[in-house]
Amino acid sequence: MALPFEKPIDDLSDRIEDMRAYASEQNIDLSEEISLLEGRLERLQHDVFENLTRWQRVQVARAPGRPTALDYIQSVFETFTELHGDRTLGDDSAMVTGLALLGGRSVVVIGQQKGRDTKENIGRNFGMAHPSGYRKAMRMFNMADKFGLPVVTLIDTPGAYPGVAAEEQGQAWVIAESIQRMSQLKVPAVAVVIGEGGSGGALAVGVANRVLILENAIYSVISPESCAAILWRDASQAPKAAEALKLTAGDLLELGVVDGVIKEPVGGAHRDPQATMRCVGARLEEELGALSSLSETELLEQRYARFRNMGRLESVT
Amino acid sequence: MALERWFRRKRPTRSDDNSPAGLWLKCDECNAQIYRKDLEKNLYLCTECGHHYKMPADARVAMLADAGSFERWSGTIKGADPLAFEDTEPYVKRLERAAERQKRPDAILTGAASLQGEPVALAVMDFFFAGGSMGSVVGEEIARAAERAAREGRSLVTVAASGGARMQEGALSLMQMAKTTVALEALSRAKLPFISVLTDPTTGGVTASFATLGDIIVSEPQALICFAGPRVIQQTIKQDLPEGFQRAEFLLQKGMLDDVVTRPNLKARLALYLSLLRGTLTPTATAAVGGEPGGAAV
Repeated sequence: MALPFEKPIDDLSDRIEDMRAYASEQNIDLSEEISLLEGRLERLQHDVFENLTRWQRVQVARAPGRPTALDYIQSVFETFTELHGDRTLGDDSAMVTGLALLGGRSVVVIGQQKGRDTKENIGRNFGMAHPSGYRKAMRMFNMADKFGLPVVTLIDTPGAYPGVAAEEQGQAWVIAESIQRMSQLKVPAVAVVIGEGGSGGALAVGVANRVLILENAIYSVISPESCAAILWRDASQAPKAAEALKLTAGDLLELGVVDGVIKEPVGGAHRDPQATMRCVGARLEEELGALSSLSETELLEQRYARFRNMGRLESVT
Repeated sequence: MALERWFRRKRPTRSDDNSPAGLWLKCDECNAQIYRKDLEKNLYLCTECGHHYKMPADARVAMLADAGSFERWSGTIKGADPLAFEDTEPYVKRLERAAERQKRPDAILTGAASLQGEPVALAVMDFFFAGGSMGSVVGEEIARAAERAAREGRSLVTVAASGGARMQEGALSLMQMAKTTVALEALSRAKLPFISVLTDPTTGGVTASFATLGDIIVSEPQALICFAGPRVIQQTIKQDLPEGFQRAEFLLQKGMLDDVVTRPNLKARLALYLSLLRGTLTPTATAAVGGEPGGAAV
């Protein structure tokens, strides 16, 4: 399913396909024409994707076909072994956790999992965790500390689930605890926002030494829809809210909220999941390698300073 | 979300409104006509039914700090406009207006005080400033208060009243949740108590950060305390919410709070907690403090 602004790209690539089919059917050589059109397609993709509005990036961040946490876990990590359950309430399928190898190193991996289609999405609660999910994540933080394993988190959630049971079980309490627990990790932690970084539900597993974001991912205090509903009393003003919230990778790098942006293939991660995942994997190995030279104290101090210094202030004159 | 209501209201019902039309107030709870001056003298409790109105930050400090003991720390920093945010009006204008009205640069008042003789740092949120929302300044003042309290050997008492993270500072507001949380570590290391008082309303990013990390968490009666607001949840589940859902008494039952304490009892209760935790309670002091056995005052 194409995003609205991808239509010209899709039309052109359909034309190229048709031409190829025609050429082979008629056994004629159209390679010159085809390569001309391919050049045009590449330029068109560049033009469209270089100039995406913030709202269009929100759409890319949520695009069907974009690699999910489990896609990364299965392709970037080796021998992933899922560990289930929070030992209190249940097992939250919106938060996948386990042990794996990354570049030959044992790591604890925590991924916020959206479904790849509607059926899966319902099973995964659209990537919106309940308190149980955050409790499971905290269990993994404890395990990482105990065995000295680095932590990798993959962030992709519209937000923590806003439901009756979630509130009754202390959604706010577990998010706060998870933020606190993660900030106290004695091991290296790297977080990657792979799609949607939805507010506190994302931050709960985002208190890492290094926070990276994919080029077309977003990270925001509130969804553009909810923001628009509050400020303009109209959720359809979401594009305006997306602009105002400065929630794109480039914006967040400028604000110091993220430390680095991982480039996506032209056309977005959903156009070439394999290439995207390879890039993320390589970057994760690099970051973990760099952090592995830091002592426990240095890791704690670096993480503390990273978050303690967030914000923009002015002196009262 | 409480913040939503705050934005929606043309003129928020403010218990510190001094306009002529606001001389009298009809109680939300019992419909009694209350003379506003009486409300102010009565700790912002309905003179008839005791309903807890939102309390201005200065009145809260006056109520909690021993007379003449409060030394203000906050007020030297103000908000920037990192996003150049503009909705129906520019964020800087909103900030300016709120600062002028509330006579402080942002939605927080912090300082040193003694509380029945206990050395404390107070951090009191001002709901009448942008719905008590937490942006860079609120986060910074809370973090500074926690760290200075640790250095000076003071316990920390926060009084939350907030619509959540401040949208107009975007992801930087979100990051204040982490900032306030990491700053609490200094108190833990110094083995100093942190008591969090939740008042109506405490929601969103404030509930999901420092406010629920107190060694002891108490709330005022009937306070709305939540992560997602009732409206958001109703939209999600499309069902009526349970009676008393997300109110203090409900959360006490669910095990999320240590107690629900009425405003007139709050100071004595905080002093009791602090002195018990710090081992400074003497038998003579016990008589003076007078704990409430059975707790949950409603």
